[in-house]
Amino acid sequence: MSASPPPLLRVSGLDAWYGDFQALFDVSVSVAEAEVVAIIGANGAGKSTLLGTIAGLLPRTAGSVTFDGRELAGMPAHRRVALGISMVPEGRRIFPSLSVEENLLVGAQARRPGPWTVAAVLELFPLLADKRQRGGSQLSGGEQQALAIGRGLMANPRLLLLDEVSLGLAPIVVRRIYEALPAIRAAGITVVLVEQDIGQALHAADRVYCLLEGRVALESAPAELDRDRIAAAYFGVRA
Amino acid sequence: MTTANNLVQGLLLGGLYALFATGLSLMFGVMRLVNLAHGDFAILAAFLALVAVDATGVHPLLTLTVVVPAMFALGYLVQRGVLNRTVGGDGLAPVLVTFGLSIILQNLLLELFSADSRGLDAGAVEDTSLAIGRLNVGWFPLLTLLTGAAVLGGLQLLLARTRLGRTLRATSDDQEAAQLVGIDHRHAFAVATGLALATVAIAGIFLGIRTTFSPALGPTRLIFAFEAVIIGGLGSLWGTLAGGMVLGVAQTLGAQVSPGWGVLTGHLVFLAVLAFRPSGLFGKPVTT
Repeated sequence: MSASPPPLLRVSGLDAWYGDFQALFDVSVSVAEAEVVAIIGANGAGKSTLLGTIAGLLPRTAGSVTFDGRELAGMPAHRRVALGISMVPEGRRIFPSLSVEENLLVGAQARRPGPWTVAAVLELFPLLADKRQRGGSQLSGGEQQALAIGRGLMANPRLLLLDEVSLGLAPIVVRRIYEALPAIRAAGITVVLVEQDIGQALHAADRVYCLLEGRVALESAPAELDRDRIAAAYFGVRA
Repeated sequence: MTTANNLVQGLLLGGLYALFATGLSLMFGVMRLVNLAHGDFAILAAFLALVAVDATGVHPLLTLTVVVPAMFALGYLVQRGVLNRTVGGDGLAPVLVTFGLSIILQNLLLELFSADSRGLDAGAVEDTSLAIGRLNVGWFPLLTLLTGAAVLGGLQLLLARTRLGRTLRATSDDQEAAQLVGIDHRHAFAVATGLALATVAIAGIFLGIRTTFSPALGPTRLIFAFEAVIIGGLGSLWGTLAGGMVLGVAQTLGAQVSPGWGVLTGHLVFLAVLAFRPSGLFGKPVTT
C-alpha cells in the first residue's frame, strides 16, 4: 500500500470569528485532489464561515489553511483565485450591471489557463445559452446559480468552493444544477460544497463533514452513514 | 438675440462643468466615495500647468500631456495610500479625510503660489470666435465643450467595452464578489481615482485658460460639479453633460438679468431639480 498523496487543501486547528462571535473552534478538514467533499450542518454551525476563511474573505485567528502545500495566511482573496481557489458565494452574488457574458468574462480575471471558456460554460449550462446578452439581474434564481457556478469555473480553478447551491431553488432546478457536477469532476476540479439539503450532499459527495456549533462533529463517507449518526452530529443529541 | 447668444454660451459652459463633474461621479459610482477635495485637485492641476508653462514656455494646452498623467498617478497614490483605508467603514470617514485633503491642498497652494489670482495664456484661441449667423461662438468655449463630450464619450466606451471597465463595474456592484473572481478591489479603486483626477486635471487647465484662478477657488468648483451631477442624475455620464449644460444655461441667463444673479440662478435650478425630480434628469429612480 502506497502512502496517500498530500491533500490539496488542509485546514488544521482553525479558529475563526464571524463578527463578534467565534464561529469556528479548532476545525480540521482535509480534501484530496479530485475529491468532492460536502460540509453539512445546521444554520449557524459555521459552514459558510469555513468556506469564507478558505477563500480569504474572513480572517482566521488560529490554525492554518494550506493549499497544495502552501500556507495561505494573510493572503487576500483575489490572490487565492490566482492560485486556483474559486468560490461561488451564497446568494449567487451575480453582478447586476453586467450581462451574462460579461459576468462570465469577469470570472476569468485571474487569467489562469485552462479548459473553461464562455463557450464551455454555456455548453455545461445550456439554460444560459440564449441569454448571453441578458442583464445579470434579469435571470431566474436557477439561472443565476448556474451563472455563478459558470463564473467560478471561468477562473479555471483547481478547487471550487460551492456555498449553499440549493438555497431558495425549486428541487427540480437544484437537480439540474447538480447534473453539472460530474462534468466539473471530470475536468479534474476538486469540489468542497456547503449544503443544507443533506440528501443532495450525501448523493454528490465522496466524503461528508458535519459541523456542529463550530466544531467538526462527524467525518465519514456517505455509505457509512445512517440517519441516527447524522442526526446525532447535526443536532448534537442522540436520536 | 442676446438671449440666444447667452443660451449658446451657457450650453458651451456646460462642457466645462461636465469635465469637473465626471470624476466626482466616477468616484462615487465605483466606491461610494464623495471626494470633497475634487475641486482643489482641479486647481492643483491648473497650478501644475502654470509651472510647466513658466518653466518651458509651451502652450498651456500642451501641458495636458504632462499634467494629466501626473494627476492620474497622484490619484492612484492618494487612493492606495490614504483613501483605501477609509472605504468600507461608515460613510463619515471618507468625507472627513477628503475634507482634510482639501484644506491641505489649499494651504499648500497658498504657501507655494500666494493668494494672487493667476491665469494661463492660451493666445489667439481665447479671444477669437466663429460667427454663425448673428451668433458668435468663441473657439475656446467650443473646444471646451467638444473636449468634455470626447472625455465623457471615451469614459463611456471604456466602462462599457473594455476589460478595465468590466472590472470597475463589477467592483462597483459587489466588492466582495469582485474579490472572489480575482479582482484586487484596492487596485480597481485606485485606478478609478486616477481616472477621476485625470479628468479633473483637464477641467482645471481649461478653467485656468478660461478665467483666473487662485488657491481658494476649489470649493466653489466642487459645488458646481455636485450640481451638474445631481441635475443630470447619478450614474449617467451623458446626464452629467446635460446637467452641466442646464447649470451653465441657468447661470448665463441669470447673469443676463443681473450680473449678480448668475450663480444664484444656477443654485435655484439645482434646488428645483432636487425638490421635483431628486433622481435627476437622466438618473434612474432610486431603488434599493
